[in-house]
Formats: sequence, C-alpha cells, structure tokens
Amino acid sequence: MTLGLAIAIIVTVVGASTPILIAALGELVVEKSGVLNLGVEGMMLVGAIAGFVIVFTTGNHYLAILLAAAAGVAASMIFAFLTLSLSANQTATGLALTIFGTGFSALAGQGYSARPVTLLGPLFPAELATHPVGRVLFGYSALVYFSLIMVFVVWWFLKKTRAGLILRAVGENDQSAHSIGYSVIGVRYAAVAFGGAMAGIAGACFPLLLTPQWAERMTAGRGWIAVALVVFASWKPFRLLAGAYLFGLVMTMELYAKAGGGPLSAIPAELWAAMPYLATVVVLVLISIRRDASSNAPACLSRPFLPSN
Amino acid sequence: MTLNRRNLLKIGGAAAALPLLGSKAFAQTEPLKVGFVLVGTINDNGWNYGHNQGRLYLEEQLGDAVETVYVENVPEGPDCERVLRELAQQGCKLIFATSFGFGDSVIKVAEQFPDIVFEHATGYMRSANVGTYNARFHEGRAVCGTVAGHMSKTGKAGYIGSFPIPEVVMGINAFVLAARKVNPDFTITPVYISTWNDPAKEADAARAMIDQGIDVIAQHTDGPAALQVAEERGIVGGFGQGADMSAFAPNAQLTSIIDNWGPHYAKTAQAVIDGTWESKDSWPGLAEGEVEIGAYGPTVPEDVVAAAEAIKQGQIDGSFNIFTGPINDHTGAEKVPAGVTLTDAELLSMDWYVEGVIPPA
Repeated sequence: MTLGLAIAIIVTVVGASTPILIAALGELVVEKSGVLNLGVEGMMLVGAIAGFVIVFTTGNHYLAILLAAAAGVAASMIFAFLTLSLSANQTATGLALTIFGTGFSALAGQGYSARPVTLLGPLFPAELATHPVGRVLFGYSALVYFSLIMVFVVWWFLKKTRAGLILRAVGENDQSAHSIGYSVIGVRYAAVAFGGAMAGIAGACFPLLLTPQWAERMTAGRGWIAVALVVFASWKPFRLLAGAYLFGLVMTMELYAKAGGGPLSAIPAELWAAMPYLATVVVLVLISIRRDASSNAPACLSRPFLPSN
Repeated sequence: MTLNRRNLLKIGGAAAALPLLGSKAFAQTEPLKVGFVLVGTINDNGWNYGHNQGRLYLEEQLGDAVETVYVENVPEGPDCERVLRELAQQGCKLIFATSFGFGDSVIKVAEQFPDIVFEHATGYMRSANVGTYNARFHEGRAVCGTVAGHMSKTGKAGYIGSFPIPEVVMGINAFVLAARKVNPDFTITPVYISTWNDPAKEADAARAMIDQGIDVIAQHTDGPAALQVAEERGIVGGFGQGADMSAFAPNAQLTSIIDNWGPHYAKTAQAVIDGTWESKDSWPGLAEGEVEIGAYGPTVPEDVVAAAEAIKQGQIDGSFNIFTGPINDHTGAEKVPAGVTLTDAELLSMDWYVEGVIPPA
C-alpha cells in the first residue's frame, strides 16, 4: 500500500466515522441520565434536511450546522415531553420518533432532492494540507474537529464537573437524586436536548460533509449504529471514539477491498463485511469477562421517573 | 399532494365513498385507474424520477381516460405485497411495479386478482395477467463505454452496482465491451453496495475506487452521489443514470442515459382500455426512444461525441449490437463465437463477466 492510498483511506474513514461519533456522543449523555432515546435515526434525518435547506437557501454552512442542531433539539423535545412529562414508554416513543423523523424529513425535503449544494470546506488553509501528513491532520472540515473536541468535552463534563455528577446520579438512582433536591425531570430534559442537538449535527454531516445533496433516508441506518455503539463502548466516551472509528474503518475498508488492487484485496470483501459483527462479538465477550464493565449501564436506563414521595 | 403509503389509505377511503354519489353517473366515463409502485422517491433524480415522468406522460396522453396513483418508498419484500393489494382493492385495474425485487410479490398478488393487469419492470416472471417490461439500458451503456474508452487516461473505470443481478451485470459488460473496442486494455471494477440508495456509501465507494486509480466512474444505483465525487475529485468523469444529472456534476457528467418510460405506459394503458392487452415481455431501447442519450458534457471532444453517436446510430438502425461475438469471459475463454449475438433470454439471465471486468472478490 502506498502512502498516498493509506492517507486517502484515513481521510475517508474519518469522514464516514464522524456522523456516527457525533450522534453516539449525544446518545451517551442521554443514556447516562437514565433515558433511552431510540429516535436518533429520526432526529438525524430532521437535522439532515434542516442543514440541507439552510445551506441551500443561504449558502452558510455554519448557520446550517447551528439550525440543524436546533431542529434536532425540537425533534427531541417531542420525545422528552412524551416520555418525561407524560411518562410514556421510552422504547416505543423513541421508535415513533424515528418514524416521525423519517416521514417529516421526506415531507420537508420535497423539491430539494434535485438540488446540489457545496460541501463544507476544510477548516485550515489548504497549504497546511499539501503534505500527506498535513492532510491527515489539517485536511478536514470543522465538523470533524468538533466531533473530536466533543469526545473530550463529554468525558470532562461527566467525570470532572459537578453538573456531570448530578447527571450521572440521576441516571443511576433517580429517587435518591430527587430526594436530595435535584430535578430529575429537568436534568433529563437537558440531556435529551443535548442528544437532539448532537443528532441534528450528525444528520447535517450527510449533506455538508459526505455527499452534497438531499436524499430521503440518506442516513441509511447509521443512527442505529450510533445507538449500538453506546452499548459497545460501555458508556465511556473514549471507547466510543475508538468504536466509531473502528466501525468507520470497517465500513470503508470493505469498499476499498472491493475496489480491489494490491494487498487490500487479500482480505475477502465478505470478511470485511462481517467484521462489524465479529468486532461486536469480541467486545461483548471482553466486557463480560471484566465484570464491572458489563454492569456499567446506568441503573435507571429507560425507566420512567415517578417520584415516590 | 404527494402520495405515500400513509395518505394513500385516506385517499382509498375517500375513493371508496365515491360510489355513494351515484355509481351510474360514473359508469359511462369511469377512467382506468393505474397504480405505480416505486422503490424510492420520485425526487431521486434517477430511476424513480424517470418512472414518475412516465406516469405524467401517461396522464397527459390519455387525459380523462386514466387516473393514476403512485406509492413511493416501498421496500422490496413483504411490504410490497401489502401495497399491491391496497392498490388492487382501491380499484386500480392496471398496476406497474417498477423494481426488480418486487417480482415475487407481483406474481403472488396477481393470482388473487385475476381481473387486474400487472406489469413488472426489469423482471422475468410472467403469468396470464402479469407482463414484464424493461428498457435496453445496456444500449446506452455501450455509448457511455465508448466515451469512457476514448477519454480515460488510466484505462481503468469503476462501476458502483446495487446488486449483481442480470440487469446490472449486463450493463457492466456492455460498458466494458464498448470501451475495449476503443482501448483493448480497458478494465472495469464493479463494487456492489447492496442497496439502491445510500448516497453516503455510494460516495465512499466512489472515493475508494478513485483512490485506487480509476478515472471514469459509472453507477447503477438511484442517485448522483458518485458523480458528485467525480466532480469534487476532478477525475475524467462519469455518467448520469436514469436522468440527466448535470446539475450535480456540470463538468464531470460526460453524458447520461435517460429513461423514457412514457410511451410504454401510454401504450399499455390504451391496450387495457381497449381490451387488447396480453401478457408479454416488452423490451425496447434506443431505436424506440425508450432509452435516450442526454447531452454530452463540456469536456467531451467532438471526435468522441462523433464516435459515441456512431455507436448510438448503429444500435438504432440495427447494424451494431454490443453483444455480438467474439466475446470472451473474464478468464479469457471464448464465451460467444464470432458473428453470434446473444439472445434476449441469454441477456436476461446473464451471470458472467466479459473480459476486462475485474470480478468482485
């Protein structure tokens, strides 16, 4: 494999991994607060169409990202109201949110699918990315750097801040958190809103980072990968980073292997295609060997909060 | 308003109430109700868009004699059966199912509704009330392959395929056969992505191929994602599939294959109205105008346009057929002797690659 090809693969892998990573980080915080939101795919689609429409009408990519986040929050608030205020079943409501997001984005996107836009350009000046190593470090758009910074921010927030401690307390034992005076519902609303914003931005990655067009259902199931990744990473942000890039690598390498040529084709495409599943099995086995990790799920995950006093 | 599976039910309900208004008044001029089942959305700017254009042509041609409904985003599988049944129950007398994977469902539902005519696009299974129709896209692919053979600098093309079904394999073979008539060393690498529409994956597949040396790309999926990557990377180019996609790749689109289903839809509906419809396979191409070649891109030189047009004209007047031997398979063994032309049946069951295709692992 030449250096050029290796660099090209890295760049493609980073692109493929970024929306999954952003969405999964949002879902991680949501789940840490004790809420399971299966509507990630739907919120991503809402973010994708919002981002597309804004960039198409204004040409401003950063405004598009911002409003995609806002659209994701709006979608997540439907879920929050139903599950947190009305104690509806979280699993069913999350699935409904995905169906809603799919239908809503298709409706909103009518008339936009034959329209091209431009991708968000690299954040740094092109001179920095001329050398191959420079390209790996500086060749990406702001969305990629945002996703990496957010891994650290989420880790720091959950581990090092008082607000993060409260959020985890709400997720681990909502009754205790409530009894010492924290607003369980308020914390969970905030967490779900954060998850919605992240899913919205993740959706905007599709028209802004990967392929400059709008197509119905263009997230094509990656929201579900994000949900699965949170479990895969046993609710740890840095493991999530590794997981997202592993999935991105496997998805991309499958295509590079199929496109053939050189040592890459030595591994059959079928094996590449099977690798996400093999990796999942290996990780599940590993975390079940380490007893503490398997019980790492927030204790109140997906349980509606009904104050006992 | 746009029809989808959800408000189809509402309209079905409204339609069911119509006879209450007095069925006699309607009996004289009752239009033929024609249903269309689409695997994606009419806005995909490709395959499904083409079928919808055909539907609009049908309405325009037959006017009040027909009434059409369509259902978008119908997955290939059990859902299709349900949608077909819904359309039959709400009074469609002619139903077009427009994706290869709908075949089994069409045959099954058609048995339950012997009075309704079904037509399945790109399929091969027929029965008393099920006909099949297709377009000879491979004729268009031969024109694209000719352009590719002239213009590619690396002599390597990539081909993003959905599934390795005969329709797709035929297109790959026609493309590379034509390119090799220009450049005998031309090769093509197919990458199957197991879906008709996942733009991000199509784009990544295009990137994977371009990174490994191809400079011309063709696709048999439903959207323009591969062309956009071709534009972004500045390679020689690619081809619109199903529709003109130059809006997405003004420099990279070398030309496009445009589906023109309208005449077939109008003819079939008229036959059903006249009571002359019979189950058969209809497979027109460039000569009948069902397949069209779009405008050539700004980077295609005049001599290449002339060469491509010659191939097009040869297929229209019948003097040229891309599947006339000698044709070797990808191992180099002779598959079709000189002077022999593959029959339609052989094309429709094509499961082998010609020389120049680097078969998927």
